Amino acid sequence: MKTVTIKIDGNSVTVAENLTIMQAAEEIGIHIPRLCYLENLSIEGACRVCIVEVKGAPAYVTSCSTKVVEGMEVTTNSPQIREARRDIVELILDNHPKDCQLCERDGNCELQNLAYTLGIRERLFEGKRKDFPIEDSSKSVVRVPEKCILCGRCVRVCHEVQGVYNLSQQSRGFNTIVTPAYQRHMDDSVCIQCGQCINACPTAALQEKRHTEQVFKALADPEMHVVVQTAPAIRAAIGEGFNFPPGTPCTGKMVTALKKLGFNAIFDTDFAADLTIVEEAHELMGRIQENKNLPLITSCSPGWINFMEKFYPELIPNASSCKSPMSMLSSLIKTHYAKKNGIDPKKIYVVSIMPCVAKKYEMDREELLLDGIKTTDAVLTTRELIWMIKSYGIEFSRLEDSDFDSPLGESTGASVIFGTTGGVMEAALRTAAHWITKKPVHEIEFKEVRAVEGLRELELTIDNITLNIGVANGLVNAKKLLNKVISGEKQFHVIEVMACPGGCIGGGGQPYPPKGYTILDKKLFAKRAEALYKIDQEKTIRVSHENPSIKALYKELLKEPGSDVAHHLLHTHYNTQTPRGVR
Amino acid sequence: MTNNQKQNNLSKEIVDFITECQSKENPSSYLIAVLHKVQDTYGYLSVEHLEEVSQRMQIPAAKVSGVASFYHFFNLKPRGKYIIQICKGTACHVKGADLIAEKLKEELGIEFGETTKDGLFTLEATRCLGTCALAPVIQIDGKVYPKVTPDQVPQILENYFPKK
Repeated sequence: MKTVTIKIDGNSVTVAENLTIMQAAEEIGIHIPRLCYLENLSIEGACRVCIVEVKGAPAYVTSCSTKVVEGMEVTTNSPQIREARRDIVELILDNHPKDCQLCERDGNCELQNLAYTLGIRERLFEGKRKDFPIEDSSKSVVRVPEKCILCGRCVRVCHEVQGVYNLSQQSRGFNTIVTPAYQRHMDDSVCIQCGQCINACPTAALQEKRHTEQVFKALADPEMHVVVQTAPAIRAAIGEGFNFPPGTPCTGKMVTALKKLGFNAIFDTDFAADLTIVEEAHELMGRIQENKNLPLITSCSPGWINFMEKFYPELIPNASSCKSPMSMLSSLIKTHYAKKNGIDPKKIYVVSIMPCVAKKYEMDREELLLDGIKTTDAVLTTRELIWMIKSYGIEFSRLEDSDFDSPLGESTGASVIFGTTGGVMEAALRTAAHWITKKPVHEIEFKEVRAVEGLRELELTIDNITLNIGVANGLVNAKKLLNKVISGEKQFHVIEVMACPGGCIGGGGQPYPPKGYTILDKKLFAKRAEALYKIDQEKTIRVSHENPSIKALYKELLKEPGSDVAHHLLHTHYNTQTPRGVR
Repeated sequence: MTNNQKQNNLSKEIVDFITECQSKENPSSYLIAVLHKVQDTYGYLSVEHLEEVSQRMQIPAAKVSGVASFYHFFNLKPRGKYIIQICKGTACHVKGADLIAEKLKEELGIEFGETTKDGLFTLEATRCLGTCALAPVIQIDGKVYPKVTPDQVPQILENYFPKK
């Protein structure tokens, strides 16, 4: 590796020649302020906040986009550069609303934080305000364009990570606005509702559609039996909202907090993940035997399902007909559970805690109505739940652990890893391996399917069956696999797609990164995944089909995987959606 | 309008041009050239046409629409049969271009950038036309009217109304 030696604030430092000034400064522990820059996206150079002085250069340069050169002398913190940076941020604030106390991002807004860090204590310029209305047509993502600072992070994440390219800057000058094509509404666009734009936004210009108030209302209604379920990825990230180090599993505390919030029953989406595995592994075996509709593509991720319906509708027959674990569990709660406990399903209110904003869209899908009844009534993101717990005054860190309620709270190690890339595949393989070999499975872990880098293709032989497997997270990666399927370049048996980078642990509803981590940070995703694998390893039962409550459910209700009852309650179908995306 | 399946509005010439561009290196770099052709043919860029360009060139619609709305020379609204341009250069301004603008707006019932309901006139402001000695001027479809006074406006417009 070639290196160059440069001076940063008078200190000599030798770094790799391909680094930018910003990266070189990072190496010696100097964090140059920034707004539009994100490590895992392309460089935009739009905000100008990261400017530094380079000796001999005619003007300040943006450190995010300028490479180091031998002998370069950089100043990051002279009084002049500090003032210039402050002016730049003041000008950004100039047409930004002055409503921090009323704002969704108060306390975790990058712009607010930056203004404080740079020492802006008064607003000298009163600029013209942007007069754009709030756009909340989408069931998941709300746009508040008057708070947009045009950093382009949402545009880039939508294009470069998700391959959706729904958002872009439209019009020019002061009228520039980030919207879908033709300035149409989000519900009339190619948006797949993944919510990665919300994660990437430094301000509150993009937010999830909140369900907190309706949940509080249901909790306060004595007529209502309010049931909650929590997705696997929540327990791995909720702690971050209460200053636990990333990667701390907080299952027990989370359950206690939900009890304190007043939920009547607390179930685990993991239970339904086990059920998904049994149904989906059965579906896979059937398709392999008949050599039909292969590859089977997983269907747990609603962002992926939306993407498929808009971008790859010809792959609809390949998608597993299994409902997502959330919708499976909600269906069981409103039918089987209601009947067993003698509760009118109309008096049951099902709340799902999800790392995902696309679930807010999924819950309203017509295909998921069961005898005309909506099965999930509200979806809260991890962020919303953290806020509710804080708003209720519950001291999370001091809570004792408690267990989920039975029987829809019982789960195995296989189900909890659903929350991270490769997890659905691994869980399915654990069960499939048992069914193929007809023997107890010894090698329970299939580490090779964990696509931490975003994309994995592999061949796996179990007894005499060889499976071609694909695993992808982040839809740009998924496109690579799917294009091979479409072109016939490669024959897969089974593909797992999770829309969000890293899988659900990196979902659009997860907490904003804690100190020391960035958005789309692989280190953060690894920590959250670690928490899930830890829970998996600590479980006595780590194979879905051995979950005793699942066995009981089949005996009592479903009879066998793929039965008519199972199809009625646990399976669904998909439809082509418009507008059609360009892939 | 969710329907983007109607994909056969563009003329054969434009479709052929897109096909030709697709065979070149970096086909998406021809987007602006294609949009020019569409505007030359239809006078403006409709959502339907942009959508078809997006699908035929396989460029995401948000990008096509972003480019179309960024450049000043692209019109996203239909334009009239006749384009009336009022010079807003210094000389014309001093000589009372604003009064003529007001009269035109009143006569046509539209603002700058708008087109009359009958599709006959589009009203635009323009920078200096370089005929300052004749100020104030208006230009209709390339023809310059010199030293215009507000009361001449109805008479000038009369030339463009269809003969009864």
